[in-house]
Amino acid sequence: MQFPGLFNYWIAIVLMMAGFYMVMAHGNLIKKIVGLNVFQVSVFVFYISMSKIKGGTAPILEPGFEVYSNPLPSVLILTAIVVGVATTALALALIVRIHDAYGTIEEDEINAQESES
Amino acid sequence: MISVHFPVLLVLVPLIAAPICLLLRPLPGATWAIATAASWFCLYVTVSLLFRVLDSGTISYLLGNWAAPWGIEYRIDLLNAFVLVIIAAIGAVVMPYARASVTREVSPRRIYLFYTMFCLNLAGLLGIAATGDAFNLFVFLEISAFSGYTLISLGRDRRALTATYRYVLMGTVGATFYVIGIGMLYMMTGTLNMMDLAARIPAVAQTRTIHAALAFLTVGVGLKLAMFPLHTWLPNAYTFAPSAVTAFLASTATKVAVYVLIRMYFTVFGGAEIFEMFPVRETLMVLALAGMFAGSFVAIFQENCKRMLAYSSVAQVGYMVLGISFATVTGLAGGMIHLFNHALMKCALFLVMGCIFYRISSVKIADMAGLGKRMPLTMAAFVVAGLSLIGVPATVGFVSKWYLVLAALEKGWWPIAALIVASSLLAVIYIWRVVEVAYFRPVPEGAPEVTEAPLSLLVPTWIMVLASVYFGIDASRTFEVAHAAATLLIGGGK
Repeated sequence: MQFPGLFNYWIAIVLMMAGFYMVMAHGNLIKKIVGLNVFQVSVFVFYISMSKIKGGTAPILEPGFEVYSNPLPSVLILTAIVVGVATTALALALIVRIHDAYGTIEEDEINAQESES
Repeated sequence: MISVHFPVLLVLVPLIAAPICLLLRPLPGATWAIATAASWFCLYVTVSLLFRVLDSGTISYLLGNWAAPWGIEYRIDLLNAFVLVIIAAIGAVVMPYARASVTREVSPRRIYLFYTMFCLNLAGLLGIAATGDAFNLFVFLEISAFSGYTLISLGRDRRALTATYRYVLMGTVGATFYVIGIGMLYMMTGTLNMMDLAARIPAVAQTRTIHAALAFLTVGVGLKLAMFPLHTWLPNAYTFAPSAVTAFLASTATKVAVYVLIRMYFTVFGGAEIFEMFPVRETLMVLALAGMFAGSFVAIFQENCKRMLAYSSVAQVGYMVLGISFATVTGLAGGMIHLFNHALMKCALFLVMGCIFYRISSVKIADMAGLGKRMPLTMAAFVVAGLSLIGVPATVGFVSKWYLVLAALEKGWWPIAALIVASSLLAVIYIWRVVEVAYFRPVPEGAPEVTEAPLSLLVPTWIMVLASVYFGIDASRTFEVAHAAATLLIGGGK
């Protein structure tokens, strides 16, 4: 395998799987959100990597700028970053209210309280 | 001419209504009026768009007049005109209902949030259906999902919060999968416009990247549409949300996701023959059948009537996915008719739940003893909509199942047809449980006096019930539209 070659994609996959695993495996609601963030960031890395060309610059219409990187994926990812921030804010706000209602943010304790009622 | 801008206005108007609702926070009546006006305006716009599409074919609207595929294109063909009408109609009927129901079920200082989020949700759902740009679709997907999370968390039961949390996790994973899929498509084709994608995918269809993109898109959208076994967020979310929210989301949110799946399979991947390339058909069919039976079977054992209907939704989504998996004109048309029909009857049933909750503050089946005598109109609505869910002739449920069975027989797959009928029989059991308690059990001693639900709740409920009977008796209109849309999609109508 040449280096860096597909290095960025490997990192994206590793981050994706690590984040996904955290979402599934952790019982703490905040840690799940951390995992979700890692998972989303991996997608950002993926998008930005695919637009980058070695030696490419921004698309400037002047002589001397021959190789362009595609700016569109970066712009798309700006949108996705905003979505990610909104997700985190929403989830944290929910966790605050869950904590008020249940007195805990551990999933198993919440489940125990729910099965009692 | 304002009507030229209808495709974008139907997204813009509710989108602008939302912050206005937020500003009018001290006046709950005004927020309600604005949200209602927005939803009725959308209904008018979508219906006129549908007639225009029927008359003169696909409408293409360029946002900001930037030429597609560089700019964002809104493309209204028969399929999404049909879906748009469903969403807007459900919104327009639920809004008048919401006023009384929300006052009862949502804490007073959060009522303005309901109307704000409802407008955002409507904008998001209509946007998903209207847009012809794959990434734009993701943005609207998230707008509708976030407002949906907030709407569900408005429920008074604390379990609404944990249900929302689970929905946030699953929904975000689903949406992110969708973005990954779109990213891979963009890598191979360099475009995000759906028509452009459809033209360019066949050339690269045999690459691993496109295969992975298809898989990510299927799973991501599958999470959103609650395809078995990705449905686990749905039952609790629908159970603990306020009734008006459940009625609206249950009949629009998952339906729009089904639309996205159809759009991806038959437009974006339309030229790639994915049904021949992969076991897409087998996968979808097995999951759909499993969902139909598992959903109905679990529904039979529920104590809470809303939860029972939520599980039944999982089963009903199975019918739609089954229709898609046939990938024939009849099958797809059957799936689309079921999309419309299920929206009608599930909306009616959840509206009935709202009426019951309004009077007895419970939707447990055990608490409904004797309700048939005490709330005759409400329970009659439940019976008619329930019959439709089962698929009794002269109701909409029968029409869609009829076409699904026809599609199965057309292919010579009679065991599938038998399974469709068998799973409908399970619906008899869970609907009957409620009917039996409501009509044949005596009113318990010392039960509080209960009267019929107020008219503002009953009228929208009965509109939905009567619509589900009307379109069951005269199905020619829906069939005509769905059949034409399916022909357009499968006949390679780009």
